[in-house]
Amino acid sequence: MIEFVDVALLILLGITAFSIIRQQNLFAAVMMMGIYSLLSAGLFVVMDAVDVAFTEAAVGAGISTILMLGTLALVGHNEHQPQHRPILPLFVVVLTGAILVYGTLDIPPFGDASNPAHHHVAPHYLEESEHEIGIPNVVTSILASYRGYDTLGETTVIFVALVGVLLLLSLGPRPRRIFSNGRWITVAADDEDPSEKGAGDARVDGVQAPDEVELLRDTDG
Amino acid sequence: MDDRVILRVGAKVLIPFILLFALYVQFHGDYGPGGGFQAGVIFAAGFVLYALIYGLGNVRRVLPPRAVYICSALGVLLYAGVGYVTMALGGQFLDYDVLAHDPEHGQHYGILLVELGVLITVFGVMVSVFYAVAGRRRLDT
Repeated sequence: MIEFVDVALLILLGITAFSIIRQQNLFAAVMMMGIYSLLSAGLFVVMDAVDVAFTEAAVGAGISTILMLGTLALVGHNEHQPQHRPILPLFVVVLTGAILVYGTLDIPPFGDASNPAHHHVAPHYLEESEHEIGIPNVVTSILASYRGYDTLGETTVIFVALVGVLLLLSLGPRPRRIFSNGRWITVAADDEDPSEKGAGDARVDGVQAPDEVELLRDTDG
Repeated sequence: MDDRVILRVGAKVLIPFILLFALYVQFHGDYGPGGGFQAGVIFAAGFVLYALIYGLGNVRRVLPPRAVYICSALGVLLYAGVGYVTMALGGQFLDYDVLAHDPEHGQHYGILLVELGVLITVFGVMVSVFYAVAGRRRLDT
């Protein structure tokens, strides 16, 4: 029975992946990536990794789908036709995949009790967690106590990621390169450009003004 | 916006339960699956749903961007702060045993505080990123 569920989930996962590749409409592709995450979460549940499945369902199928849709609202729903032939990228992808599959031939069998992973610190965690930490969920005791440093690092990484996103998205209008007095110079977007009045400025204002309004709303809020 | 009655009423009913479920995931993480990461994402999802139905302007009045930025940093500070408190009490960094007389109780307090830090940071970061992406062009109007 469990094999049937495994096979069914993997087949659905494959179908979804190929549909995403074939899909030209990015809105549909994003929706199918959400389905892909949900199927992965199902696979994790079958492998008894409920905490990982929980995270995958919440982050992969939930928040990241929303963020992708938010991005699509800015960049449009349709994929541009590729300008190049897909032969070389296809070759690289197939080669990389073949190397990865070759690599998996060496790893120990899944769930085997004699695997190295089950003989290092894992037995100590499983046997002593009840007395040393005293909470029933061993995943939480490893995550927050035995491996507290790692989780602190992960939390910091999430915070740093936010700083990166804010730096990228909240910078406002980009500085422009203009041709003035025989050479190219860089000016701030809101600077008056003495040589290029008219159509160019109007276009820049039209594109960037909404962002400036949003930035102002950000700061006073 | 006003004619989508099912969405508006449905969201209004659902959001309290989403937030409550996030807190359940947070504080039941010691006993079942869950913890700070998942709870933070679910808590953020409640506010994202509110923003999608009622507009970004309304959710920003409930939860100003400045507040979520502070949340993002506060969680990391709380987590690291627990580490420094354990050092001040004579233990090693993030060694929760010294937080209470009984080492097991100390571990409980430590894990609770640390997971709370993770919740606050993940919640703040998720909502901030959503604000940053969605704020480029308003979802409402």
